[in-house]
Amino acid sequence: MFTKINKPSLLILSLVLLSAASCKPKSAGNAVSKDAASKVYVPPGKYDEFYNFVSGGFSGQLSVYGLPSGRLLRVIPVFSVDPEKGWGYSEETKPMLNTSHGFVPWDDLHHVEMSMTDGQADGKWVFVNGNNTPRLARVDLKTFRTAEIIELPNSAGNHSSPFGTENSEYIVAGTRFSVPEDGEAGDVPISTYKENFKGHISFVSVNKETGDMNIAFQLKTPGVNFDLARSGKGKSNGWFFFSCYNSEQANTLLEVNASKRDKDFIMAVNWKKAEEYIKAGKGKKQAVKYAHNKYDEQTHTATSEIKTEVTVLDVTEFPDIVYFIPCPKSPHGCDVDPTGEYIVGSGKLAALLPVFSYDKIQKAIAEKNFEPEKYSGLPVIKYEAALYGEVQKPGLGPLHTEFDANGNAYTSFFVSSEVVKWNIKDLKVLDRQPTYYSVGHLMIPGGNTKKPFGKYLVAYNKITKDRYLPTGPELSQSAQLYDISGDKMELILDFPTIGEPHYAQAVPASLLLPKQLKIFDINANRHPYAAKGEAETKVIRRGNQIHVYITAVRSHFAPDNIEGVQLGDEVYFHVTNLEQDWDVPHGFGVKGAANGELLIMPGETLTLKWIPDRTGMFPIYCTDFCSALHQEMSGYVRVSPKGSNVPLSFSLGDKPKKAEPAVQ
Amino acid sequence: MKKKIAPILSLAFMIVLSSCGNSGNTGAVTEKAIASPAQNAAQEPAAYDPKRGEGKFDETNVKLEAPDAARAGQGKAIAQTKCFSCHKTTTEKLVGPGWKGVTERRAPHWILNFITNPDPMIDKDPQVQAQLELCLVRMPNQNLSEDEARSILEFMRQNDGAK
Ligand SMILES: [Cu+2]
Repeated sequence: MFTKINKPSLLILSLVLLSAASCKPKSAGNAVSKDAASKVYVPPGKYDEFYNFVSGGFSGQLSVYGLPSGRLLRVIPVFSVDPEKGWGYSEETKPMLNTSHGFVPWDDLHHVEMSMTDGQADGKWVFVNGNNTPRLARVDLKTFRTAEIIELPNSAGNHSSPFGTENSEYIVAGTRFSVPEDGEAGDVPISTYKENFKGHISFVSVNKETGDMNIAFQLKTPGVNFDLARSGKGKSNGWFFFSCYNSEQANTLLEVNASKRDKDFIMAVNWKKAEEYIKAGKGKKQAVKYAHNKYDEQTHTATSEIKTEVTVLDVTEFPDIVYFIPCPKSPHGCDVDPTGEYIVGSGKLAALLPVFSYDKIQKAIAEKNFEPEKYSGLPVIKYEAALYGEVQKPGLGPLHTEFDANGNAYTSFFVSSEVVKWNIKDLKVLDRQPTYYSVGHLMIPGGNTKKPFGKYLVAYNKITKDRYLPTGPELSQSAQLYDISGDKMELILDFPTIGEPHYAQAVPASLLLPKQLKIFDINANRHPYAAKGEAETKVIRRGNQIHVYITAVRSHFAPDNIEGVQLGDEVYFHVTNLEQDWDVPHGFGVKGAANGELLIMPGETLTLKWIPDRTGMFPIYCTDFCSALHQEMSGYVRVSPKGSNVPLSFSLGDKPKKAEPAVQ
Repeated sequence: MKKKIAPILSLAFMIVLSSCGNSGNTGAVTEKAIASPAQNAAQEPAAYDPKRGEGKFDETNVKLEAPDAARAGQGKAIAQTKCFSCHKTTTEKLVGPGWKGVTERRAPHWILNFITNPDPMIDKDPQVQAQLELCLVRMPNQNLSEDEARSILEFMRQNDGAK
């Protein structure tokens, strides 16, 4: 009886304790305002307000979260195989992960850039980068699938990408590690870094209608490390700004040797000028090797082509393309405000934030207001001549800046783990809020565009520590959502992310909702092995290849019994999903398949290659729960010894069918 | 004793609620979120006419004409892709019921409504629900266009020997 009374009072006590503890920052239960929950609550059956596309870091994938709820909506496979979707397992998707090095099943995805029209996201595509084996990918926002991947020659560590111009004329990709040119030219002593190592920036053009990418040209630059970039916008459209570190051009112990100079650079590139030189035929063709992979939505099949040439413009031969601007110290982010006038540098080892002015840069160039000493043969604009002003003592370790619609900038600080809001015009700090912990990028919906939506800010953190239930040595990484609609930023939600979240972008859900593809039209299916209806199903032998044209519909495969496969055969199951209803995929698995399984969308055809390793009976079944009779969606494949006299045959119900006579 | 606990407990909850201060703030939640289409479609009048079905077709816009063999041929081709995985043209049940005699059992506009708009009719039509208890598989929406549906109806009429 006594204890029963005690419980409620304990509850009250613990509430008091909790609210007292919540005043201390840096504890798991930090200060969160009372109505935070209602600000992120999206009731069952209601949709989120924004789609948030978040890089999956070392997972190689792109994740999609709803904002403000933080619900994970989808993981889009891009640079890594994905068992959930069969990406990289089906014969049709394997070519997407092809490179000049062969099939690469895992990469590191860092940054996210939406396609733009007039400096605002148009909701057509998302571009992402593969960091390790340098690649760019285009994700189609009609299907939320990767449509194209292009490898980048003369590059190593594709960090400074993808960043687009204001009409997505180009997506650029700057090499993080300068290296000698591809091929035999790379076989040089590492100690010859200063002579032989060069930076290459790829300008990848994007077809406005189809999205098709093409490496239009590369700029060959001095051997620095490119970190991030932004294109100009509005008045500064036609220019690109790249942050560079290791202007020391060191090649060992970079943590010391690349931090020696007081200032590194932001590299300003007049890309319209570069484009003119390319059109005038000034670029040099270079023999290289890179893969260009495309997914065709009608054949449901990817193709990989190895290309062998790229056009390179050496910027040291064209003095009006590139200008260096000194930037203190090891610049990381380099962000252009919505008006296109202000370029915010952030030296991650610097104790201040420099803000450069586009107009002053133009004036300095016109007046040749340069340092007496060039850098690797290129002009260096005087710091003061380009500088609009400095934000003093903003925090420790500034990384990235995004903007709201009211003339404010928000910068992440890695070392002091905080987000700082400041005014672009007067450079005064307005607010600072802690993040948990070691924030990298931050994102405001539309925060890199001409018209930010503002309202929310998400901080993407490298470390979680005490934020969630522990899960062994590795903890989930984390995103934190802030309401920035008022004067003060307000932390309203933590949510876990996949991989290491790098950059992200968000757009209003209403921009993408009307575009969503619900099914693949079965009549438009041009897969060479499609079976559009059970009447077209068959099994044929071609030498030691068996091709099974099989269909899936709730709740059976046709055929569902196959005999006459022999040891030594390669079996190709070409599975066509006959459904024409939204959200009704079928799966396909076969016992002992060393490759994987399939997940086939309505109206789609995909192929699983299976090489039986023993004789016997091998069930096949649907791996995606599709109806009340899903369990019954199964069948058998009989495998006999090589040279067996079991004829190739297949059947469904009481309709046995002999396979067609062997072809070829 | 139990009676006394209840008030203390509810007092504790009141503290929690008031400390969240969200009593006057719930409107913001609904403003922010976007209504999903499924939710919009949820309110439906109870009136369902089992003779007509539910959809865009009724007696006024569906009039049968003389059998059209060419159109029936098109209908058969569409059915090969979208229907024959589950239906036979005889009276035999496969996944779904056999087609023989369907045009005698059902009005043409009912058939058109059902094959273009199956989900609400599966939910409401007593006879379709009885059929579902036998088949246990909901007929999938195969996204038939109006023209495709009319061709399939023409094939069904031919299959039933319409003259
Ligand atoms: Cu299934």
